[in-house]
Amino acid sequence: MRAVWIIAKKELESYFDSLIAYILLILFLGFSGFFTWLFGSDIFFVGQATLQSFFSVAYWTLFFFTPALTMRLLAEERKTGTIELLLTKAVTDRQVVVGKFLSAVLLVVIALLFTFPYVITLSKIGNIDAGEIICGYVGLTLMSAAYISIGLYASSITNNQIVAFLLALSVGIFFHIIFEVLAGSFTGFVAQIFTTLSLGNHFESISRGVVDSRDLIYFASIIFLGLFLSELSLTKRNMN
Amino acid sequence: MDIQIENLSKQYGYQKAVDGISFVVKPGEVLGFLGPNGAGKSTTMKMITGYLSIGGGDVRLGGRSVLDYGDEFKRHIGYLPENNPLYLDMPIIDYLKFCAALQGMNQKDIGTRVREMVSVCGLNAEKHKKIGELSKGYRQRVGLAQAMIHDPEILLLDEPTSGLDPNQIVEIRKLIRELGKAKTVVLSTHILPEVEATCDRILIINKGKIVADGTAESLRKQASGQEIIKLRIEDGQADNIMSELRRLKSIDTVELIDRNLNRFEVQSNSGLSSKREIFNVCVQKGWVLSELIPLETRLEDVFRNLTMN
Repeated sequence: MRAVWIIAKKELESYFDSLIAYILLILFLGFSGFFTWLFGSDIFFVGQATLQSFFSVAYWTLFFFTPALTMRLLAEERKTGTIELLLTKAVTDRQVVVGKFLSAVLLVVIALLFTFPYVITLSKIGNIDAGEIICGYVGLTLMSAAYISIGLYASSITNNQIVAFLLALSVGIFFHIIFEVLAGSFTGFVAQIFTTLSLGNHFESISRGVVDSRDLIYFASIIFLGLFLSELSLTKRNMN
Repeated sequence: MDIQIENLSKQYGYQKAVDGISFVVKPGEVLGFLGPNGAGKSTTMKMITGYLSIGGGDVRLGGRSVLDYGDEFKRHIGYLPENNPLYLDMPIIDYLKFCAALQGMNQKDIGTRVREMVSVCGLNAEKHKKIGELSKGYRQRVGLAQAMIHDPEILLLDEPTSGLDPNQIVEIRKLIRELGKAKTVVLSTHILPEVEATCDRILIINKGKIVADGTAESLRKQASGQEIIKLRIEDGQADNIMSELRRLKSIDTVELIDRNLNRFEVQSNSGLSSKREIFNVCVQKGWVLSELIPLETRLEDVFRNLTMN
């Protein structure tokens, strides 16, 4: 566990050292702030003391930002050869994968914490539903964690960061929207499958304030599958 | 802690990178691992470190197989990989602290140990820089520092002096020799004088197999077999000297190299040394023996003989 934390801390520090963290924080807060407070169907337009508009904006901005966070995690180490240095230390492949996953999740959590003033502002305007807001944040974190684990896998199978980014995005887009669209164009059992696979449905049901074990299991399975496959592709260096 | 390699193999597709090699390295010994490119040196090292899985056979550290160790055995090993990969965007101190923490060192010991390694590896003047800002030689020192940071009992160094200037090479060799007194050190290199300067024992591998194992001296002897001496004898007739030398029991062939300077090359019968007899003959005849140079087979020749086929 200590090794996981050491790796996570180092990765988090390198996000901040390389300015990636600052750029992403500014972009994330800029986008979500603009669409939440100033433009389109913003918070004032809704006429209710709810952060739904923020959650639906963040649903998209985080989708695009997570691959940018994960693309370098393993691809860069493979390219420069530092992965050999890392894995010959007293750590397991799993600890490396989990540590790197954790660092990206932590950065997203930090970004979300910066939107806490939204909650304070809103609570001054009207009566907020604390449960709904907490669930919304939990939903965003789970969604990001799922995409981070997909992105980590994409980063583990290539040496090229751009490839890792695009791969993560193109796998992610299926969960984000394509499965939902497909569910609409089929009926019966097939539609049921696509509805279950669609991440949007699960996110929506959580962010409405209903935490169902099915949704939690859904996110947990994506996260575990992504981490498991990443570990597998690290271990595969042996089967040359 | 000693390293025992037993019948170690590794196969990539149809190509056998390492083909059933066995050897033992004891503490206090510096083993030089030699071989042409692609002979399997790095693959062997990577298997010892656990980066690559063991294809066949076994690696035992201190009598215990790494296969039943778990990942804990890596703590006993300090490893400097080939090409010395490093996190270029990390400051030196942070990087060394990170390595120390990963190797499971106590948080409170890390600071002192990092300072110690920085001064041992001569990084004091550069210690606040990022690794990416360092020259190649300094990066190599950082690589050595991270390998030794947790005071491991086993050091595996893949080409430790590549990219260093001659002064640094001397320093690093001295450092390795010093470390070798207490630790088990395996270093791989292409630079043959380096092996002679630093290693107690040499292992030459070719095409995944061990072709020679011994000290530099014993390898030379093995390769040459017969002693060859260059002589210069003054105050005598060249032909006269030739015939006298030919009569000596220990001498196999005599060759006149330079008639004006009375230079000869003498090859002894195998297992015998002719130096004493030559001296005695010169004394008897009143000749002056002004040069006697034993010709050593150079390690380069040994290496070429064993690995060219």
